[in-house]
Parts: sequence; structure tokens; C-alpha cells
Amino acid sequence: MSDTRIKLKGKSPFKEMVMKLLPDGGNLNDCLTCGLCASGCPATGMDDMDPRKFLRMAALGMDEEIRKSRWPWFCTMCTRCVHACPMKINIPQLVFNARRLRPRDEMPKGILGSCDMALSKETNSAMGCTKEDFSFVVEDLLEEIKEEYPIWEERNLQAPIDKEGAEFFINQNSREPMIEPEEMGPLWKILNLVGVDWTYGSAGWAAENYCMFMADDNGWKTLTERSAQKCDELGCTTFLNTE
Amino acid sequence: MYTLYATWIREGKLKPDPSWNDELGIKFTLQDPCQIVRKSFGDPAADDMRLVVKACVGEKNFIDMTPNKSNNFCCGGGGGFLQSGYKEQRLLYGQIKDSQIKKTGATYCVTGCHNCHAQIHELGDHFGGGYHAVHAWTILALALGVLGRSERIHLGEELQEVNLPDSSR
Repeated sequence: MSDTRIKLKGKSPFKEMVMKLLPDGGNLNDCLTCGLCASGCPATGMDDMDPRKFLRMAALGMDEEIRKSRWPWFCTMCTRCVHACPMKINIPQLVFNARRLRPRDEMPKGILGSCDMALSKETNSAMGCTKEDFSFVVEDLLEEIKEEYPIWEERNLQAPIDKEGAEFFINQNSREPMIEPEEMGPLWKILNLVGVDWTYGSAGWAAENYCMFMADDNGWKTLTERSAQKCDELGCTTFLNTE
Repeated sequence: MYTLYATWIREGKLKPDPSWNDELGIKFTLQDPCQIVRKSFGDPAADDMRLVVKACVGEKNFIDMTPNKSNNFCCGGGGGFLQSGYKEQRLLYGQIKDSQIKKTGATYCVTGCHNCHAQIHELGDHFGGGYHAVHAWTILALALGVLGRSERIHLGEELQEVNLPDSSR
């Protein structure tokens, strides 16, 4: 127990703001303080914090302490606490919104860098993979597979980019083209065996979205729109996440 | 994607054959990705993932973690944790997942999400569990007999030669 006396400030502008954003105010005022959330949370105890304490701090108007806390970056917003909560309180959304309380340049560097990198490339790649890099890697790998296993030439294995009218628009995490391109082949082969009509997009193919993790709504929207627009432009009917 | 894999298997469009693992008896477990299961599609998606894994590695070689499906623990790779710079806390967070995987005794953990894949791979190294993290497409291609030699970077020594496709054609 801390022996520091907490000075209460009454209403929390932070909690009020979050409640306005959420359906039913995220039930943020309904806490029974039972602790089911904290008992099943892997981030409980880190920096002496847990989901219940975090919600209580908001209820007590401790906005400054919330703003300074590192804990919102230790919570993965996995929603196991909501799953366990008898009142279905949306603590993860409280955490998500707490992330935006700090100025952009004070965000964790890795996440900020990944978000900014993705925004600067029309591919959305947080690792900076360009259109040219991507098509080079895809074409190179396709050739290698056909060389090693000629059966794929016969079976007409494809990895199309910007194929108009394909049914599925498939995205891909940047880690594959940038670090482990060999990991793309198995999926192409599976799609070939099923006879799926699919395509990557030259723009917006990257699946990761670090702006979202930073609660940067505009950046998140920009990246998502790029992918959706490319999918629409090609006339694909299904946007398919590789996960 | 997993729901589609399951649909294609049910419809007979994909015919994975788990017999490669009948005698080997290599054990597999499965990480339910929070985003896909608890946060999006619920237990039906988790059941689809199990259908796919069992069809690829054999029913008796699949061992579930406890708890699982919508009640599963996050591995600690989500929410941007991997890029946040808080590695020490991320590994601490992952201790629950690591002990869950170790308790299954499985050599492989199928990860349905890129963040899970990276995190569980690192947990296996860091806490000495020695288990591997593999994407679902790897075991599916393996059971379909189309997983090439170079596509086995996340598989252990014992699976490098298993069910290899014929390279002469």
C-alpha cells in the first residue's frame, strides 16, 4: 500500500470524454470493484497497476496520474477483462484513449516510427517496403518456386498484383516480403489448389497498422482507406486478411 | 482466413492428409488470437482453427491449452507491445503464455496472427521452452504435400525432410 495521500479532484474530464465516445458510455460507471478483471490479466502488477486500479483512478479523477502512466502500453487491449467482467466494462477502450493523452513526439519511438513510415509509403508498409520492392520480391519468389518445383509451372501458380476483378483482395504483413519471403509461397500454393481468384494490391497491401496502436485516428483512417480504395478500384468483392 | 481454410476442407476443395504424423506423433498446440477469436468472431472461429489444425496434424496429436478459445490469455504480442520498446515487460507478460504452452508438452504452437508468431517465437527462446511458432499455412501446406524445402524455416530438424514434394516435377 502506498502511504502517499491522494488528493481527489472530483470529476475526470478524461473519463467523461471516453464515455461520450462509447456506446452506453462503455459502462465505465458500473464497476462493482470485484477484481475479476485484474485477477485474469497478464499485465496485472506491472508498475504496480492493474485494470481495476486503472478504472478506479479514472473514477477518482486522477487524470494526471493516468497521463503519466506507462501501463497503457503494457496492456495489449486483449479484452479478456471485458470477457470476465459481470458489468461488461470497456476498460480496454479506456486504455486506448489514455494512449492519446501524450503528445505525438512522446509516443513510444518504435510505434511512432512504424506509423510514420507506413504513412509515408502508399503500400502502407511500416517497414518501408515500396511498390517496387514488393513486386520484385513477389516475382522473384514465384520464379524460384517454379524452378525448384516445375509442377507449379504446370499448375499455373500465380501471385498477381493489381489484378482487376479478382474475388479476393489479400493483404500481407511486411515481415514476409522484407524478412521471410519464403513464408509467402505456402499461401499461394494453397490458394492455387483451391482455385481461388485473388490479388495483392500494389498500394495498401501491408496488413500492419501501427497508427491504430498509437490511437492516431487520422493516421489509422488514412492507412485503412488506402487499402479499401485499392480494393474497390480493382473491383474485388472480398477484402481478405491473411490472418 | 482460418474460417475459409476450414470451409475449403469441409467442401473437399483442400484435402490435407495428417498421416505423415501418425508414427512421428509430433504434438501441436494452438494460440487463439485475441483479435480473431475473443474480439471478432468468437468461439466458432476458434473451432474452425481447431478443425484445420487437427486435419493437418492428426486429432491425437493436437493438445489444447487451458484456458482457451474466447477465454484464452493474450500472448503479449498484441496492441503494439512488440514495437513499444518495453521488452522486459513484454516478456514478463508472456510468462503465463509460456507456461501454458509448456504444460501442453507440444513441440509446435500454431499461431494465427503475426504478432503472436513473433512473440511466441521469442518466448520459446527466452524461457528455454524450445517449442516452435508456426503459421497455419505451413502445416496446411505440409499436410497437402506441397511444402517446399525452403519453406521450412520455422520447422525443427525433425520436419525438414517430412512429406517433401518431388522436385523432379
